[in-house]
Amino acid sequence: MTTDVHTEQPDLPRLAQQARWEVIKTVTNSKAGHIGGPLSMMDLLISLYFKELNIRPQEPHWPDRDRFILSKGHAAIGLYAVLALRGFLPLDELPTFDKGDSRLQGHPDATRLPGLDASTGSLGQGLSVGVGMALGAQLGEREFHTWVLLGDGEIQEGMVWEAVQAPSRYKLANLTAIVDRNDLQQFGLPSSYETTRTDRGDRRDPWFGVDLAAVFQAFGWRVVEIDGHDYDQIAHAYRLARAGDVASRPTVIIAHTVKGRGLSLAEGVHTWHSIVPSADDFERARQELDPQEIELLDEHDRGQPNRRQHRNPLTPQNGASA
Amino acid sequence: MKAMRDAWGDKLVELGTNNPRTVVLDGDLANSTKADKFAKAHPDRFFQMGIAEQNLIGAAAGLASLGYVPWTSSFTVFFTHRAIDPIRMLVAQSHANVKIVGSYSGLLIGAVGKTHLDIQDLAIMRAMPDMTVLAPADNTELLAMMDWANDVEVPVYLRIVRDAVRDVVQPGYTFAKGAVLELRHGTDVVLVGTGAQTGRLLDVHDQLAKAGISAAVVHVPCLKPVDTEGLTRLLAGHELVVTAEEHSVYGGLGGLVAEALTSAGPAPRIERIGIEDTWGESAPNDFMLDKHGLSAERITARVTATLGARVAS
Repeated sequence: MTTDVHTEQPDLPRLAQQARWEVIKTVTNSKAGHIGGPLSMMDLLISLYFKELNIRPQEPHWPDRDRFILSKGHAAIGLYAVLALRGFLPLDELPTFDKGDSRLQGHPDATRLPGLDASTGSLGQGLSVGVGMALGAQLGEREFHTWVLLGDGEIQEGMVWEAVQAPSRYKLANLTAIVDRNDLQQFGLPSSYETTRTDRGDRRDPWFGVDLAAVFQAFGWRVVEIDGHDYDQIAHAYRLARAGDVASRPTVIIAHTVKGRGLSLAEGVHTWHSIVPSADDFERARQELDPQEIELLDEHDRGQPNRRQHRNPLTPQNGASA
Repeated sequence: MKAMRDAWGDKLVELGTNNPRTVVLDGDLANSTKADKFAKAHPDRFFQMGIAEQNLIGAAAGLASLGYVPWTSSFTVFFTHRAIDPIRMLVAQSHANVKIVGSYSGLLIGAVGKTHLDIQDLAIMRAMPDMTVLAPADNTELLAMMDWANDVEVPVYLRIVRDAVRDVVQPGYTFAKGAVLELRHGTDVVLVGTGAQTGRLLDVHDQLAKAGISAAVVHVPCLKPVDTEGLTRLLAGHELVVTAEEHSVYGGLGGLVAEALTSAGPAPRIERIGIEDTWGESAPNDFMLDKHGLSAERITARVTATLGARVAS
């Protein structure tokens, strides 16, 4: 499979559906992991990996690749599913998730798995690494774009707001933050001690009463607000972000999503943040995500798995162009 | 004599000239740490990250991933306490080639008190997998360590002091990772130091000699990794081992020596001199050394008393 995904027309909804099913299967098998967050970000991630990122699955350390950091590292299984579909690792490796000696750690470990540009999982750290990559690209006059995906709960962390200050000072138009704005976090402000399906409203919103777009704007970011499940809006936002703007501002895409998207049981329910589905839930997921059909995806869509030896991308081997 | 921070700043400029991959990230203290010299010489590669040390460390890791060699500029305490989680995950666990330079380490930092005195950095950084922990005794050793750090692609924590310190190592000194140095040979007691404290132990050696006591002096410039066998060999023959450091008595040099010796069989008596279980305060440098028993005079008196008590018993 070539790296030029822009000239191909991958079936994004079908890929996202399969990735969602891989998440449910893997978490159920491993009896560990997260579901709500991986599902809410899935359309954003599939759009990035199959339409936007300049990457080479067969050459994961290609120096000129776009950088991508999953700052909300607890959603790792969602990223692994996408990386597997995109050919960075074999699909049949997913069952090793969270097992001993696995490359697929509960939170992404870039020293173990090719295709990861940073180790994350301690919330709030990814944007800072992205700032450093964007600074380095600017200093070395390199063309790649750096993308960082954050959770809306995660950005309660103070370190995020340290990172938010820097890009406008350095005019880092080559940096894009994507906020998976699913309006929920693990627990949040309880509106009641009863958990109900409709319990995704105001009082559990991590940013209840705060205009996030205005906050980012005030820090000198260009804000693009979209429906994070609408592929046309996502693609448009990514194109805008890569193109930059006349003021060389960094871009933040605030993507409104539904936590648990794609599995009706989980949609908008905070308790599905981290849960192992029961046998009944698993059967329901099978019916809704229809794996019999989507498993027919051919190699052309999925890419070839990369089983080569891994090098740590965080140790310098790419050579700065300085 | 040149202050250690000035020696650091001048050497940074030299590294920046010779290695175009050198970058410096400052947490708004460059005119204190003397990273401002680099800012003046290589403005394009100097990044002012503001008073935001966590982001500074994360950005350094990002730059390192592109092949740059980031050196960081702030006070010790703001890295090893404020920014310790990014250091832990983005630098150490990620094996990022970042040189974390803690300036204004130890006790002698100019009457700033509890907030700025970092008496736990060695304990924290020693417990950090994949981190190399360095504490130079003088400017010559500092420059040798910086040359070494520039050449290796590993995370390094370098603990330096603000002011001028006496010369300890010989001109032409080459730093070797983990090596332990015997600076003075002696038979009655062995004094073990790290960082700028080692220079004061040489003074102790001279004072004890006047009283007829033969003291060996061992310097541990690299607290992690450390040549444990070499250290044990140098210390094991002595009846009394005295460690001294501008650091808590827990987990730093004293801890390192106690761990090494007690793992090697019957151990000599080990006296650990440092900050007991308490906080720093605003005070002149001499006051701090005296209060915490780290001045040459206080150590001389303590060793004399211990040896005297030993003879008496």
